[in-house]
Order: sequence, then structure tokens, then C-alpha cells
Amino acid sequence: MITIQTNKEEDFYILKVSGDVDASSSIHLDNKIGGIIKTEKKILVDCNDLQYISSAGLGVFMSYIHEMEEGEIKMVLFGLGNNVKNVFHILGLDQLINMVETKEDAKNLVDAI
Amino acid sequence: MQYNYSAQCSKKNLADIRSFISKTLNNHFRSEIDIHHMVLAVDEVCANLMIHSHNCNPKESIDLFVDVTKQEVVIEIIDTGNGFNIKNYQEPTIKEIIVEKKKGGLGLMLVKRIMDKVEFFKSNNNNICRLKKKILASK
Repeated sequence: MITIQTNKEEDFYILKVSGDVDASSSIHLDNKIGGIIKTEKKILVDCNDLQYISSAGLGVFMSYIHEMEEGEIKMVLFGLGNNVKNVFHILGLDQLINMVETKEDAKNLVDAI
Repeated sequence: MQYNYSAQCSKKNLADIRSFISKTLNNHFRSEIDIHHMVLAVDEVCANLMIHSHNCNPKESIDLFVDVTKQEVVIEIIDTGNGFNIKNYQEPTIKEIIVEKKKGGLGLMLVKRIMDKVEFFKSNNNNICRLKKKILASK
């Protein structure tokens, strides 16, 4: 079960992902990110209520890295719990995807990169 | 102790499979991260089987058997679909996944990193995936 809420603060587009992102639900996250990168340049993903992520969810984030680089779109994840962060860490993906603790940190990083 | 669970091949059932593994291992082990890792490994194998061997057909099912001792967990995931041959599995590089926008391929990488031993074999027309992990912090 996944819930995705969206919100705009200044020029930051905030995507709040709640629940579980697995092989069943990752399509919703994929469709959402695929849509917003057509118009948005600064994307923050709020993971405070993200309980679980499997490779299907990792694959979604990974699959947009190239497109975001080409389009100069910045994306930062924030508020990841230990279990979720660890899944990225197992494959070393925390080195490829920007992740920080708080929303303010995420805003600062998006503006810096 | 032994536990078993059967699930129809619908991706909606993955959450229930995770819940079964989590509750079962919580009876025996203290380490939250170890339990989470094994939940993830089983989720990845079951998702792969449902999608690639059973085309998510809910009329077909997979069976899980969990055998827990003080030192080790052995989890078998058994089905009768098209068998997966691990010898044909070529682990993608992270670069390939990014450049080719492959959304698959990461699951088995995670399973192999998490578990101590991963085996796929056939027995009596069944496909068996056997996952093993040694655990020290038992309850």
C-alpha cells in the first residue's frame, strides 16, 4: 500500500511517499516521478512515512538518474528511516542518490548541486 | 521450529508474505536489521517468481517453508512454474541499470548480498529456492 501526496513550497516540488514501495506498488511512484520531471526542476522526496522499499522502488529512483542529469533536474530524498536507508546502502546506491535528514537540508542541497 | 505459508501469485500478496516472515522471525531473533534483511530477500524472490515464472496468475501459488534453529534460518520458496536457472543470471552493473534504465535486476543482487547462501534447484518437479542465513542474536 502506497500513498503519494504532492505539495509545492517556493520552487520546490515535494513528493511525500508513505507506506510500502514494493513490486506491487512501485508503478504508482514510477508514474508520478515520470510525470513531474516533465515540468519540475527541484524535487524533494519526503520519506518520513516510507516504511519499506524493495528493489522495485530502488529501480524507480535509479531509472531516472540519467534523465535528470540530462535535464538538469535535481532530486533529493529526505527523512529516510534506518531500514529504508539500509536497502540503498546494501548496493551502494546511497552514493548515487542524494539523501539527507531534513527537508531544510534537502532544500539547501538542491540549491547547492 | 518449522513454519509454512502459501500465497497465490498476485503481487498484492507480497505484503502478507512479508508480514508472515517478519512475525515468524520476530519470535526467534532480536536483530531488527537481520529480520528486515530476510523479509526483503524473501520479498524479492517471491516477486520474481510471481512475475517471471507465473505471469502474476492468482490461480497459481508458491509455498514458503521456514526452518529456524538457534544459529540459522533456512527458508525454502517452492513453486512449479518455469524454473529459474541462477547459472544464466548475469548480474547487471549499476552503470547498466542507470544508462539502460533497467528497472529490474537489482532484486537478486540484494538477495545475494543479504543471505549467506542462495540456491536454486529442482526436486520432484518442484523448483526450490533455498536461502540460508546464520544468526547469532537469537532470543
